[in-house]
Amino acid sequence: MKAFGKGSLFESALRSSTATDRVLVIIQLQGGNDGLNTVIPLDQYSALSTARANILIPENLVLPLTGTTVTGLHPSMPEIQGLFNNKQAMIIQGVSYPNPNFSHFEATDIWMTASDSEESLITGWAGRYLGVEDPGYPTGYPNQNNPDPLAIQIGSTVSTTLQGPSASMGIALTNTTNFYQLTSGNYGQAPSTPAGHELAFIRETSIETQAYSSAIKQAALNQQNLSTLYPTAGTNELADQLKIVAQLIGGGLQTKIYMVSLGSFDTHSSQVSATGGNQTGTHANLLSKFSVAINAFMDDITKMNQQDRVLGMTFSEFGRRIISNGSQGTDHGTSEPVFLFGTQVSGGLLGTNPVIPANATVNDNLVMQTDFRSVYSTMLANWFCVPVDTVNSIMGTPDQSSFPLLDVLTASCTNTTGISQASSGANTLRNYPNPANGSTIIEFQTTGGSLEIKLYDAVGNEIKTLVDGSYSPGSYQIEVDTHKLASGMYYYTLRQGTQKITEKMLVM
Amino acid sequence: MAPIKRSEFLTAAVTGTLPDDVGTKQAPRNKFANSSTPEFNEKSTTGLDEYTGRFSQTQLMHLLRRTKFGLTQADMAYFSGMTLDQVVATLLTPAATPSPPVNNYSASITDPDVAAGATWVNAPYEAGVAGLDGYRRASLKAWWVGQMVNQNQSLTEKMTLFWHNHFATQMATVNDARYSYKHIALLRANALGNFKTLTRLVTTDPSMLVYLNGDTNTLTNPNENYGRELQERFTVGYGPNSLYTQSDVEEAAKVLSGWKDSQTTLTSSFVPAKHDTSNKQFSAFYSNTVINGLTGANGATETDQLIDMIFAQAETAKFLARNLYRWFVYYVIDDQIEANIITPLSQVIIANNYEMVPTLSALLKSEHFFDPNNMGCQIKNPIDHMVGVCRQFNIAFPDSTNIPNQYKGWYIIASTLANLAMDPGDPPNVAGWPAYYQAPEYHELWINSDTLPLRNQYTDGLGGATGVTVSGVTLQIDYLAFTSGLSNPSDPNQLIADAAALLSPNALGADETAVMLNSLLGGLTNPSYWTTAWNTYTSAPTNQTYINTVLSRLRPMYAYLLDLAEYQLI
Repeated sequence: MKAFGKGSLFESALRSSTATDRVLVIIQLQGGNDGLNTVIPLDQYSALSTARANILIPENLVLPLTGTTVTGLHPSMPEIQGLFNNKQAMIIQGVSYPNPNFSHFEATDIWMTASDSEESLITGWAGRYLGVEDPGYPTGYPNQNNPDPLAIQIGSTVSTTLQGPSASMGIALTNTTNFYQLTSGNYGQAPSTPAGHELAFIRETSIETQAYSSAIKQAALNQQNLSTLYPTAGTNELADQLKIVAQLIGGGLQTKIYMVSLGSFDTHSSQVSATGGNQTGTHANLLSKFSVAINAFMDDITKMNQQDRVLGMTFSEFGRRIISNGSQGTDHGTSEPVFLFGTQVSGGLLGTNPVIPANATVNDNLVMQTDFRSVYSTMLANWFCVPVDTVNSIMGTPDQSSFPLLDVLTASCTNTTGISQASSGANTLRNYPNPANGSTIIEFQTTGGSLEIKLYDAVGNEIKTLVDGSYSPGSYQIEVDTHKLASGMYYYTLRQGTQKITEKMLVM
Repeated sequence: MAPIKRSEFLTAAVTGTLPDDVGTKQAPRNKFANSSTPEFNEKSTTGLDEYTGRFSQTQLMHLLRRTKFGLTQADMAYFSGMTLDQVVATLLTPAATPSPPVNNYSASITDPDVAAGATWVNAPYEAGVAGLDGYRRASLKAWWVGQMVNQNQSLTEKMTLFWHNHFATQMATVNDARYSYKHIALLRANALGNFKTLTRLVTTDPSMLVYLNGDTNTLTNPNENYGRELQERFTVGYGPNSLYTQSDVEEAAKVLSGWKDSQTTLTSSFVPAKHDTSNKQFSAFYSNTVINGLTGANGATETDQLIDMIFAQAETAKFLARNLYRWFVYYVIDDQIEANIITPLSQVIIANNYEMVPTLSALLKSEHFFDPNNMGCQIKNPIDHMVGVCRQFNIAFPDSTNIPNQYKGWYIIASTLANLAMDPGDPPNVAGWPAYYQAPEYHELWINSDTLPLRNQYTDGLGGATGVTVSGVTLQIDYLAFTSGLSNPSDPNQLIADAAALLSPNALGADETAVMLNSLLGGLTNPSYWTTAWNTYTSAPTNQTYINTVLSRLRPMYAYLLDLAEYQLI
């Protein structure tokens, strides 16, 4: 377990970021979204036809995307297609992490805590960020300078993503009904019994006196929803949640992070309709909700003139398996496409289509192209303008090279240094030549103690333990024979106690 | 331990900063609280007849919720299978006398006569040792919380608190922790004893003599304070038929003149020279009773006669009956409740000469007590809430091998009670806590814009990833242990049903259950994902990853449940 204790890198790097009024909306797709049927690699269609014929989207129905002929969208997502073509949505391909976990719970925790696959953290990545910004929270909050919630989760209990070092940094509107009860003051009829009377009394007091109730109520009074594109309430839970988010943003809440979720992506069976064609069914309905909800939300915040300060991102605990199963579904997989939306995205596709083996087996999975912590680091550094050394400490890495920032935003942070500061005396790790051609030298510097260095392939499978022993303080070099390694991207990770450094290596 | 300030215990983890005087300040008016006595479509017509229906888990849980601080898994195991008679008999068996509070403060102040870990309850206050009483009072308050947290299966602790609310005194005013200890010990020793006997003992108890000025009530300088409160707050009460007069107050003061306390012997005594030996004439309310003035030491027996006279009034029994009703059942006492419960219960009280065991037995076994209309409708007082959460989740306190830490742990809870406006030892005034007498809000006075968020913050803090740490002592809910004690924690639906049954007296709605299930399943629909995670954890219960996997789902689920309105009711 990684400990962010006193005197750690985390604490020493507590530096406030540039103040921004930017908002990040995180959409969790619960259950593991089938990325291959969401963002469809048309140049792999033949291999896909072999691997997943019983769920494959008919090629002629795949929605084309501007700027590419080889990648398209599920036909249930015309709204996202429109946003993409207007550079208001973009896709990061192949997002995952080394040695991916196939358990829903553990993979969700990894995504929410931004841990390594092998470690277990109890704080969330966004919670750690908010903990840097407001280390004293919640004592004395809300206050004059911070009248609004730091983060709001809608439609669920507060997510691990928002768990800070000592307290959850977010509040939950667990039920969309509660929001409308609060804003309307209409609490419904209580049963005419003593218990019903007292329950109603406490609920009313509770809704109105939660720490941020007045702020939320005021925001809702300040701003009505302006989009007509929201579906009927109760028919699209993601839209119902995002509708509230838009209202709160437009109403002037200073809340930085909103979390919403859409469930039921765990499509082991009946992912597609047995009778209506593969473009219909459970997954199609989910993607339609997703697409309609985001589009309505974008329309709403644009009409509110808030569009330039809002960025959205999606994640799911994993993508799904390349090969489909016999019940018209898919099992747990690895890499997934991450969607970003908002007027400040660069647009287009980051990364390339995954390569689908001609005869995929049940063991084949998609190769990672981008570590999800690069996405998070980019959100922190380039959206919230957090200094890079602070970003690194939030991500538990000594320098930026582990999770390089992505060129996905047009927004800028004029006041940040963008300079990675290596802590003096910290461990360092690098290799040369890189790319490696036959062999490479890994050089590491240690402050002394037991450490190990392991090599992983691009999907995160452990290849070899390169170093495992006790070292006195100093600089060391080991030569690695790469002749037997297939060409491609590899990762090597140094672990010493709670510290961990990961670097990339390309093998020719 | 340094001098205790409440604010000191409001750390980041506990959260919330409130003024030091929150325990006594006027609570903000809650606009949702009753503006008139609530009326219900369906009135219960049940009375004091013995309940003869099925005594199932529902009835047992209801009985324990109202008689213990927090319904615990351990108590359910202990009492399950007993008949109603057996359970009530167990509840009405007095608990053993606890050993007294001790010097937990030696690191902060030298108590010349009391070694660390030794009791201070009989030790003098030496000249030149400033501030010692503050430490002793803090020790006493912490110790009291300890008694409540560690209560056994007896009703003793809840009745001790009942009598404290009834014969309310304030430690801060009494200003001698030894007196206050003896006072609380007196209430505890007589908690399940005889109301009349206790009233007589309280009347000349040193704490009460100081608190209501009995120690300055003399022939030449009468002080009516105790003579009034004895009648208005302690015995015949303030009901519509309690028609004692100002003259009765004055005459009672004369009867009571001459008592004094001694900080040397820690006892009270009667001083004949300070006693008013005139004859005392009482009003028609007391049947024009005359208590003849007595001289010498015999003057003290006038006090006994006064108590006899007061307890001969049916109003005294009715006042006790109403107070017990508001403590154990509900606060609405309309004509029907007055006729069906209060009057018959007062008759039981009189027939049993104010003995509490038959009185409580009649109430707690009545069909009215088990009327479904009376279940799950009582708002927890702060002690029910805070001591209850400690007991329900079996929160580990430091043990007696480290007395300072043990008391710190208890004091963390004591300080939260003060912030929730129920500081045991220091109620707002002689009337006790307004929740038990202030119409029409009554119990709803516990819940306002200050206290409800604090209640949630305290349970959130105790259940959080790091618990609550004050001065190096950490209190934390062990959700794994609690969950492991449920019938089948690998089944998420069963887990939620079991936890909700223990923690909420009212069935949760479908929405609330869905949020909890969503928390356990992370938005998935197949319950086997939780089952696998739980079984993986139990197969390797020290594996930190497995622990985190289940805890990161259990914590928000329980935090949500404990923040629900349902958790505020018993």
